[in-house]
Amino acid sequence: MDQIPQIPKEKFKLVHDENNKEQEKIGTPSLTYMQDVRRRLFKNKVAVVCLTLLSIIVLISIFAPVIAPHDPNAQQVTLSNLPPKLGNLNIPGMNGYQNMGGHMVDAYKQAGAPKGTSFILGTDYLGRDLLSRIIYGTRLSLIVAVLATLVDLLIGVPYGIVSGWKGGRTDTVMQRIVEIVSSIPNLIVVILMMIVLKPGLTSIVIAIAITGWVTMARLIRAQTFQLKEQEYILAARTLGEPSMKIATKHLIPNLSSTIIIQTMFTIPNAIFFEAFLSFIGIGIPAPNASLGTLLSDGQKAFRFLPYQMWAPAIILSIIMIATNLLGDGLRDAFDPQSSEH
Amino acid sequence: MAKYILKRILYLFLTLFIIASITFFLMKLLPGTPFSNQNRMSADQLKIVKAQYGLDQSVGVQYVRYMVGLLHGNLGTSFQFNNEPVTALIGQRLAPSMQIGAQAMILGTVLGILLGAVAAIRKNTWVDTLATFISILGLSIPSFVLAVLLQFYLAYKWKIYPVALWDNFQSSVLPTLALTALPLGTVARFMRTEMVDVMSSDYIELAKSKGNPNWRVVAKHALRNSLIPVVTIIGPMAVSVMTGSMVVENIFSIPGIGEQFVKSITTNDYPTIMGLTIFYSFLLIIVYLIVDILYGLIDPRIRLGNGGKE
Amino acid sequence: MDKILEVKDLHVDFDTYNGTVHAIRGVNFHLNAGETLAIVGESGSGKSITVRSVLQLLASNATISKGEVLYHGDDLLQKSDKEMDKLRGNKISMIFQDPMTSLDPTMTIGKQVAEPLLIHNNISQKDALKRAEEVLRLVGIPNPAARMKDYPHQFSGGQRQRIVIAIAIVDYPEILIADEPTTALDVTVQAQIIDLLKELQQKIGTSIIFITHDLGVVAGIADRVAVMYAGRFVEYGSVDDIFYNPQHPYTWGLLDSMPTLDTNEDARLNSIPGTPPNLLDPPKGDAFAPRNAYAMQIDEEQQPPFFKVSKNHFAATWLLHPDAPKVTPPAAILNRYKKFEKLGGNAK
Ligand SMILES: Nc1ncnc2c1ncn2[C@@H]1O[C@H](COP(=O)(O)OP(=O)(O)OP(=O)(O)O)[C@@H](O)[C@H]1O
Ligand SMILES: [Mg+2]
Repeated sequence: MDQIPQIPKEKFKLVHDENNKEQEKIGTPSLTYMQDVRRRLFKNKVAVVCLTLLSIIVLISIFAPVIAPHDPNAQQVTLSNLPPKLGNLNIPGMNGYQNMGGHMVDAYKQAGAPKGTSFILGTDYLGRDLLSRIIYGTRLSLIVAVLATLVDLLIGVPYGIVSGWKGGRTDTVMQRIVEIVSSIPNLIVVILMMIVLKPGLTSIVIAIAITGWVTMARLIRAQTFQLKEQEYILAARTLGEPSMKIATKHLIPNLSSTIIIQTMFTIPNAIFFEAFLSFIGIGIPAPNASLGTLLSDGQKAFRFLPYQMWAPAIILSIIMIATNLLGDGLRDAFDPQSSEH
Repeated sequence: MAKYILKRILYLFLTLFIIASITFFLMKLLPGTPFSNQNRMSADQLKIVKAQYGLDQSVGVQYVRYMVGLLHGNLGTSFQFNNEPVTALIGQRLAPSMQIGAQAMILGTVLGILLGAVAAIRKNTWVDTLATFISILGLSIPSFVLAVLLQFYLAYKWKIYPVALWDNFQSSVLPTLALTALPLGTVARFMRTEMVDVMSSDYIELAKSKGNPNWRVVAKHALRNSLIPVVTIIGPMAVSVMTGSMVVENIFSIPGIGEQFVKSITTNDYPTIMGLTIFYSFLLIIVYLIVDILYGLIDPRIRLGNGGKE
Repeated sequence: MDKILEVKDLHVDFDTYNGTVHAIRGVNFHLNAGETLAIVGESGSGKSITVRSVLQLLASNATISKGEVLYHGDDLLQKSDKEMDKLRGNKISMIFQDPMTSLDPTMTIGKQVAEPLLIHNNISQKDALKRAEEVLRLVGIPNPAARMKDYPHQFSGGQRQRIVIAIAIVDYPEILIADEPTTALDVTVQAQIIDLLKELQQKIGTSIIFITHDLGVVAGIADRVAVMYAGRFVEYGSVDDIFYNPQHPYTWGLLDSMPTLDTNEDARLNSIPGTPPNLLDPPKGDAFAPRNAYAMQIDEEQQPPFFKVSKNHFAATWLLHPDAPKVTPPAAILNRYKKFEKLGGNAK
């Protein structure tokens, strides 16, 4: 500070104007909100893994008829309860051998299966190929989940928007209804509905959705309340834009993060309910396979043929874990403060 | 506060009334009668039985009767199970359900709080990752899957616990464990979020600036503030434990109300289904009420809400 | 004079999602015993981070990458967490910006005020609470005996800030760091809090570092002022030096944007155009150059060193270099220079 640095004289020219332009260049390029969300999501390794796993499972379900090696409902009673066998590879546990009275016996030979027969995950008590049943079962469970979630959205989102937007007495009445619906344990409503309706896909979807929309409606209502007071929406209102237009143009886009995140938590919930109902025997009727019916069948034989339950249990758990984690990842991506790195 | 509780109790009855009505009419919507598949009965016999249950009256009369019965704490009579009154069935079977339910809730909450707190304190380390993974497992694996696995390995294969039996504490261990996973996962996750929030709050900063060592910041300030909101998820947790107990009791052959409920469903025992539905709802509403009151008691901001001098 | 605190070449980095933010880039200052040093600067200039570094109360993604914090000649950055805990709230204490959120909502205020005493002294709970009550009276909480058992939400914003101050002074700290203690309060309460701080300083003889982005507050409380911009100090000196003989164009801008009672000839408030630089990638030269109407080529190439203006007054601007062209500051600043001469100074 004491000795004054020697600087070439010409450097002391005033340069005001140019500089003001310079300033614009400073700063990281600004991304649009959605791009930013996507970038954050893809930086989250866990979320990416879950997304990949789920994509694979969804793809397999969509192309089940092409991928499944057998008809899931074709029975071959002679080939019942065969252990897993992967081609002619001799991998312990996957070679078609079974412990019988202390000896490892080739179960395929014993059942008199034609040479070359192999079921990767074995067969069930009716000789149906388990792998195919799991593929179809996953497909059915996912269909239930997606449909239930859709119905959830179709009821919950408009309900929440109307309740939050109208406010006042409408809101009070609508909230009372929500309160009552949510004070009955979900599952009991679902079970009651299943008793009243005929067992089957539609009934399950209706039964699950009839209580599921409540959470969505609550969240959407709370957000709508906040959004309603935002300036651009106030402006749109004072300008007399029709409510429908405000809802579709301003509200829904701003609610989308809430909707997407909540959806990720509704799906595992629906999958759980389906599995639960089928497990206690009032869900998907036989012979159709869902993850729930497979678990239920598997449980009956679990003591002796544990693989019959392990496979659907693992798939079910993977779907549940992956959707939950992906939901977390999405929440962090949409709202980085919430996780505060 | 007293006024608030009174109001809540009033709502409780209103909600119960609505639930009972809905349940009643839903049951009446059912095609046929519960006896229609018992064609061993002659027409005369059927008539007698119907009269016995009051099913020969009009739906309106049946409804009024049922509601009046409810007021007297009468949930109707079972079609099965020796035609016992539903209240008696519940009475006999409440204790085992309550025992495993309470054990699971307490164990799950305590472990969940610990897990969540540790994860928050060690945020963004491997401890946090591990804790998060455990809580996600707890949240994601259905209790009935867990129950079957526990039963197979701990009871059947390794013979540490009884397979399916209900007598002493030993026999409650496995069902409790199966039911603990979900509350554990839920609480751990909630606690972590809550505590991470608290740990980054201004008053924690102030507590640190006072010279509080880290453990004291956590023990004196962070824990209490993050624990209070955990109370609010006791209600939803009770629901999930109830749900889980239905199958878990079934798997372990525990003579509880959950097992009863599933049995009634498979045997079309409508009065019992109805009675249990109402009973479950009642339990749940009570839990929610207690939680609300508890929250008011432990959070000074609510406790002294009206005395505040803002 | 006795320097009780000296910060040398402090650098603080934040590890963030977008990269490393160089929030503090070489800060030097000292605090004399018994004085009040004000640090002013725009929001985000690094005032809070600077003082938090003193107590090492930084977010977990922060690193103090370089520098020394000398307390009575001892480098605090070399101390263990345990040793730091002994100083925090005892020798050096801090008042935070937002009184509404600074108090633990679930602990009675009596306990909160008594806490530092219990941590640092071998004292019974009863005695600590008694002392807490005295201090609450000292900071102007009416009827403290009765209110010891109340919770924060039962107090007004001004009262809560008094309680926060009570916590900070309960153990008679040598240094009190007040990080914008009045920003969240309305003007009359602000004045009361400033008066309270001055009064307390006299009573307990602490040195104060007072942070604000409001120059108006500074005149009332500070002995010396440091002006901060984009993670560095740009000018420091006595209150009169900074107010009436400012040298850095950024200080001119700050003064120009400050409402004053005695400069009504130009009532219009001028805010400084532009925004502060992105500290992810700090500029090579003077960080203020892009917003500076008096910028020179050298400003873009090289950071200006501190030039001595008078005995205790320094400014980091190339305009003070002997080779720099003579520029005319804004009219309002020239007015200030006139006043400086009246005060007996020697304005440039
Ligand atoms: N945890 C953090 N992570 C990343 N950057 C941070 C963090 N904390 C502060 N910063 C950055 O450090 C810089 C200085 O922040 P600081 O809080 O010291 O500002 P300030 O001068 O106190 O402002 P104010 O007047 O608003 O309080 C800011 O640019 C800010 O973005
Ligand atoms: Mg600050």
